[in-house]
Amino acid sequence: MSKNTNSAHSEQFYKEKHKEEMKHQVITFAMMIIFTIIAFGLVAGGFSKYFTIPVILVLAVVQFLFQLYYFMHMNQKGHEMPALMIYSGVFAAALTVLGLTTIVWW
Amino acid sequence: MTHDDMLRSDNLPHEPEKATLEGKNKFLGFWFFLGGETVLFASLFGTYLALKNSFGGTEGVPTTELYGLELVFIMTVLLLTSSLTSVYAMYHMKNHDFKKMQLWLGVTVLLGLGFLGCEIYEFYHYVHEYHHTFTAHAFGSAFYTLVGFHGGHVVFGLLWITTLMIRNAKRGLNLYNAPKFYIASLYWHFIDVVWVFIFTVVYLMGKVA
Amino acid sequence: MSTHAAEKRGFGAVLWDYLTTVDHKKIAILYLIGGGFFFVLGGLEAMLIRIQLISPDNEFISAQFYNEVMTMHGTTMIFLAAMPLLFALMNAVVPLQIGARDVAFPFVNALGFWLFAFGGILLNLSWFVTGAPDAGWTAYAPLSIISPGHGVDFYAVGLQISGFGTLMAGINFIVTIINMRAPGMTYMRMPLFTWTTFVASILILFAFPALTVGLFEMTFDRLFGANFFKPEMGGNVIIWEHLFWIFGHPEVYILVLPAFGVFSEVIPTFSKKRLFGYSSMVFATVLIAFLGFMVWAHHMFTVGLGPIANSIFAVATMAIAVPTGIKIFNWLLTMWGGNIRITTPMLYALGFIPSFTIGGMTGVMLATAAADLQYHDSYFVVGHFHYVIVGGVVFGVLAGLTYWWPRMFGTMLDEKLGKWTFWLFFIGFHLTFFIQHFLGLMGMPRRYWKFLPDQGLDTGNLISTIGAFFMAAGAILFVWNIIITSVRNEKVSGDPWDARTLEWAIPNPTPEYNFKQIPLVRGLDPLWIEKMEGNGKMTPAEPLGDIHMPNSSFLPFMMSLGLFIAGIGVIFQVDNNSWWIVAIIGFAITLGTMFLRSIKDDLGYHIHKEDLEDKGAGVK
Repeated sequence: MSKNTNSAHSEQFYKEKHKEEMKHQVITFAMMIIFTIIAFGLVAGGFSKYFTIPVILVLAVVQFLFQLYYFMHMNQKGHEMPALMIYSGVFAAALTVLGLTTIVWW
Repeated sequence: MTHDDMLRSDNLPHEPEKATLEGKNKFLGFWFFLGGETVLFASLFGTYLALKNSFGGTEGVPTTELYGLELVFIMTVLLLTSSLTSVYAMYHMKNHDFKKMQLWLGVTVLLGLGFLGCEIYEFYHYVHEYHHTFTAHAFGSAFYTLVGFHGGHVVFGLLWITTLMIRNAKRGLNLYNAPKFYIASLYWHFIDVVWVFIFTVVYLMGKVA
Repeated sequence: MSTHAAEKRGFGAVLWDYLTTVDHKKIAILYLIGGGFFFVLGGLEAMLIRIQLISPDNEFISAQFYNEVMTMHGTTMIFLAAMPLLFALMNAVVPLQIGARDVAFPFVNALGFWLFAFGGILLNLSWFVTGAPDAGWTAYAPLSIISPGHGVDFYAVGLQISGFGTLMAGINFIVTIINMRAPGMTYMRMPLFTWTTFVASILILFAFPALTVGLFEMTFDRLFGANFFKPEMGGNVIIWEHLFWIFGHPEVYILVLPAFGVFSEVIPTFSKKRLFGYSSMVFATVLIAFLGFMVWAHHMFTVGLGPIANSIFAVATMAIAVPTGIKIFNWLLTMWGGNIRITTPMLYALGFIPSFTIGGMTGVMLATAAADLQYHDSYFVVGHFHYVIVGGVVFGVLAGLTYWWPRMFGTMLDEKLGKWTFWLFFIGFHLTFFIQHFLGLMGMPRRYWKFLPDQGLDTGNLISTIGAFFMAAGAILFVWNIIITSVRNEKVSGDPWDARTLEWAIPNPTPEYNFKQIPLVRGLDPLWIEKMEGNGKMTPAEPLGDIHMPNSSFLPFMMSLGLFIAGIGVIFQVDNNSWWIVAIIGFAITLGTMFLRSIKDDLGYHIHKEDLEDKGAGVK
């Protein structure tokens, strides 16, 4: 297996491709930092909690998706099974949190 | 494939982490493990939310007074940056540049240590300034268990990445260790994912409500 | 070849072989021995319970001992008997059914077994220390928090360790089934046992972490002064119930789905027909798993969650009856018009269908939230879940063991004894548990140490105990059957049942590499397709070549032993701080072996082509 067939040409192609990916990662990172600052800013700014809490939760979910799809490469092919399992896990996780926040004695 | 092929570092395909069956298995198995970890942390979050500000008959400091945002913000930036540096490391792995990969992994470890230092200081602060301890009330137990489980994951991740870096320092990247580096970086990103929810649900929401 | 070599070696060499093995076939045997041992132990505990309840006001065992026996019976049977016995079947069969040479993670597979074994031993060690856990197998807080002694500590730590093992075994099977299938073995050609293993493993992956957290919280409360379940300190006991059942309900399906899979293999084989409605069977399996995550609170109807929550969980629970019904009808229609052979595995399948249906129907009764307030915590519930677990899972395990015994050991269990076993067990089972529904409706609460005379409960309890003796006789006969079959040691061919799936295409005994050449799969029931086309054997999908094999390792044993020692230290550090030394030694062993595993290259070895050619048959 795996004889060294990579010609200089394809090597160059992959280098370019990785560079492109890396650019996306840096953009992702910048947006995550911005989102974080917005979230902290909202809380520090003392806005209404009915406005702040939904917004910071949405920002967290978006950051979660950024991590998965860009940093953990779930946007690349060959990640169908990981995606299926992560979303199944998120489903079970959501039910768990929902149960423990709604139907416990207070 | 012979054993020598597995341990050479001059025969790497463009995705060395998934080039062998062992690599593919590790890759998939580790993603599934992370799926299970999602439920583990969800159970901890659920417990925390159910017991937040729950002091029973004891005296305790509520979340709005307890948490300080400055330190949490610094910790968040440290951990988010370490996620980026670990992506950098994987970028260099895909380009077969072992030295740069090690360098960026080293930066990741340093940032992780910085995060851990902040967390230890934070806990120390809570215990000594506010008597907010693990055994004081249910809220304390839930808080330290959730955040402590995350901290424990950080410690394990640091030990893991450091072990890999030292073990492979001399021989470089090969088909045998590439999947190991890759899944260690996946683990590190997952730690960051959990932290995103901790800083939002625990600290920010605790400060608001 | 390996088994022949083993016969000539001494006991020490065989023992070392099994302590270090990473071969899924040998791990299957280890699971069988471990699970079988705990099944017998749990059975003895059940007999103590039934003897205590044979007559009113009985003083056979003390109340405290009864509580311990009752708790340990449930815990042992679910976690230490049913699960490992199913893992024994999965390990023995799944890689062969999909045409794989091994599982995805042979090392992790071995680690999973040893964690289960040491967790089980730790749990049972409690008998000899301060008494076994006595808070019921569900260990509800606050009873489990205030229970004196170390019993419940052993429960929490022992189940924690064996739970890690189960989680690893689950991940291993998911990856094996996704990544290691032979060419042509598409998802919709996988045998139903492989499908149900796959789905059950996914349930393990998402259900066990909730138990892990629950057990950690209980450990922290009992041993480290935390307050999760202490209301006076702000704690909330309902959290435990939620976490336990978020795990516990999927656990029921983790157990019963593989049993469904066994019957879906047995019934087509002995009806000489392909499984009726294969795709609807797969669909029903997945649907059961999906719904199984949304029903946990039906165990908590009497907690007071409110009418809306109760209604949602009641409806979701009843919905599970639909896919289960699909399965029942598919099995019946597979037999319809088939050329039926009444063998022992087939008898279990025939006994299973009505028994499990009864269990399912009482399940729908219990799901009716308003009526459940009457049934709750009565013997009606005990009758119900034993119809599901014994009528489903135990029949499935016994059928599967009889069916795959020739594959695992190369010999056939005695058919005549097997049929006797079935009838004793089947009659005993219905005698024991059918009457319990009525005892429950008459008002007998579960888990009580004794009942009073002249309340209409005397005869029913006597009948139930007589039934239990029949079941015990059946179990003894099964063990006897294993012994004489091993003594006779009459080897049979690789395909003694004239079966349909890939695991029967291998010669007897199974070579350590399973398939000399990976077979080409051309459809559902691949071996049957080849038989029908007159080939009688599989076509290889690859030329003969070197075969890569994993190295044996002693590290899984050591890692698990470390956690076992650490567990003991953690349990006793509340009495005396110096037990921390023991705990630290244990953790050091575990982390040290993990470190060793990480730095030591483990590349496995190759069996060379030339050696394979000498050995004759690979793919039959």
